[in-house]
Amino acid sequence: MGAAVSLDLERQRAEALAIAGEVCDPEVPVLTIADLGVLRDVRIENGRIEAVITPTYSGCPAMNLIALNVEVALEEAGFTNVKVTTVLSPAWTTDWMSEEGKAKLAAYGIAPPRAKAGRRALFGEEVVACPRCGSANTQKVSEFGSTACKAHWRCRACAEPFDYFKCL
Amino acid sequence: MRASKDAIAPCSSERDGSKTLTETPLFLVTLRLADDALILGHRLSEWCGHAPVLEEELALANLGLDLIGQARSLYTHAGAIEGAGRDEDGLAYLRRENEYRNVLLVEQPNGDFAATMVRQLIYSAFMHPFHRAMASSKDATLAGIAAKAEKEMAYHVRHSAEWVIRLGDGTEESHRRAQDALDALWPYAGELFEVDAPMRAAIEAGLVPDPESLRATFDATMTEALAEATLTLPKLGSFQTGGRAGRHTEHMGFLLAQLQYMQRTYPNAAW
Repeated sequence: MGAAVSLDLERQRAEALAIAGEVCDPEVPVLTIADLGVLRDVRIENGRIEAVITPTYSGCPAMNLIALNVEVALEEAGFTNVKVTTVLSPAWTTDWMSEEGKAKLAAYGIAPPRAKAGRRALFGEEVVACPRCGSANTQKVSEFGSTACKAHWRCRACAEPFDYFKCL
Repeated sequence: MRASKDAIAPCSSERDGSKTLTETPLFLVTLRLADDALILGHRLSEWCGHAPVLEEELALANLGLDLIGQARSLYTHAGAIEGAGRDEDGLAYLRRENEYRNVLLVEQPNGDFAATMVRQLIYSAFMHPFHRAMASSKDATLAGIAAKAEKEMAYHVRHSAEWVIRLGDGTEESHRRAQDALDALWPYAGELFEVDAPMRAAIEAGLVPDPESLRATFDATMTEALAEATLTLPKLGSFQTGGRAGRHTEHMGFLLAQLQYMQRTYPNAAW
C-alpha cells in the first residue's frame, strides 16, 4: 500500500485504471472490462478512488459482480477508499469494444460484433463468419443467446454451433 | 433487485385519486414508464420453463431482462426525484395495486405464444420510437436511460414482428390464434397514446416526447408487420383505459400477488 500512496496522482490513476481494466467479464471470461469498453474511467479525488463502469445491456446481471470485482482488485492492489459508480450515458455500443477484444473473442469461439452493422430491416440477414472454420455459410438460430449480449448461430459448413456477440 | 432496507413505503392519499405533493410531472412520467417495463418484464418472466422451444425460452427471458433492467434505472430515478427515501425496490414491490401506473396492455395475461408476441409487438412498436425521442429529453437521466433502452427495443420490435409474421402467415391454426390475439389486445393499444394533464406538462417541459408525434412510426411498423402476417386490425370506436390513473384490469391483483410475495412475506429480505 505504501508504494501506491507515494506515487504521484497521475501515476496512481494510470495504475488503478490498468488494474481495474484487467477485471474479466464473468460471463465472457476471455474479455477484460477494458476490452469490452465497460470500464469508462478511474478518478482520484481527495484520496478517494472512483471507478466508473457502464452496462452493455440495461438488465445485464453481471454488473453487480463486475463492480464487486473491481473494488476487490483495487483494494488488493493497495488502494483504499474505493467506490464503483455505474453510468448509462453515453450508452455503450459494440463500437466501444477494442480490436484486441474482438480478436480474443474470435479466438475463444465467439464471433465478434461486426463494426457498425447498423440497423437491419425486418428479416434482414447479417453475414457472420464462423469463428471455427471461417466460413460465411452460417445461419442465425436465434437473436437471443446464452447472455443478453449474444445471439445463437450455427455454421452450415462445419456444423459448429456458436455464439455471436451481437451489434448494439 | 436488491431488497429495500427502508421501511415500507408510506401510504399516499392516492386512494381517492388526489395527488400527493411529490407527484411532479417528472416523477409521474418516470414512474409510469418504470411500471410499464416492470409489469411486462414480469409477464415475460412467467414464460420461464414454458416456452415452446429452447430458443424462445432464452429470447423471452432476455426480453424480460432488458425491461426489468430499464425498470430498475427508472425506479431509482423516480425515487431520487421523489426524495422520500423510496428506492427501486420500495417502488417496485411495496405499492398497492391502485398506485401502479402502467398501461393495461402490459398486465394482460400471457395467453398463448401468439398473444405474448402480439402484446410485445404493440408495446415495442410504440416504445422504440418513444425511447429514441426521449434520448433528447431535457432531463439528463431520462435521456441516458432512453438512449440505452432504444437500442434494446430495436431488437424487441424485430423479434416480435418476425414472430407475428410467422404465426399470422403460418398454418391455419397459427393464423387463427394470432388474429384472435390481435382482436383481444388491440383495444389496449390506444392507451399508449393517451395524454393527461401531468403528461401534457411533461411534454411541454421537454421531458418526454408527445406520443402523437410517434403515431406515424407506430402505424408504419404495425401496418408493415400485419400486412406480411396477413392479419387484419379490428375496427374500433374506442379503447380501454384507466391504468395511468391506477384503475387496473382484474389480472393485475394476481400478478402483484406473485410479484410482491417475497417482500410482503419477508419484509426487507435481501439477496
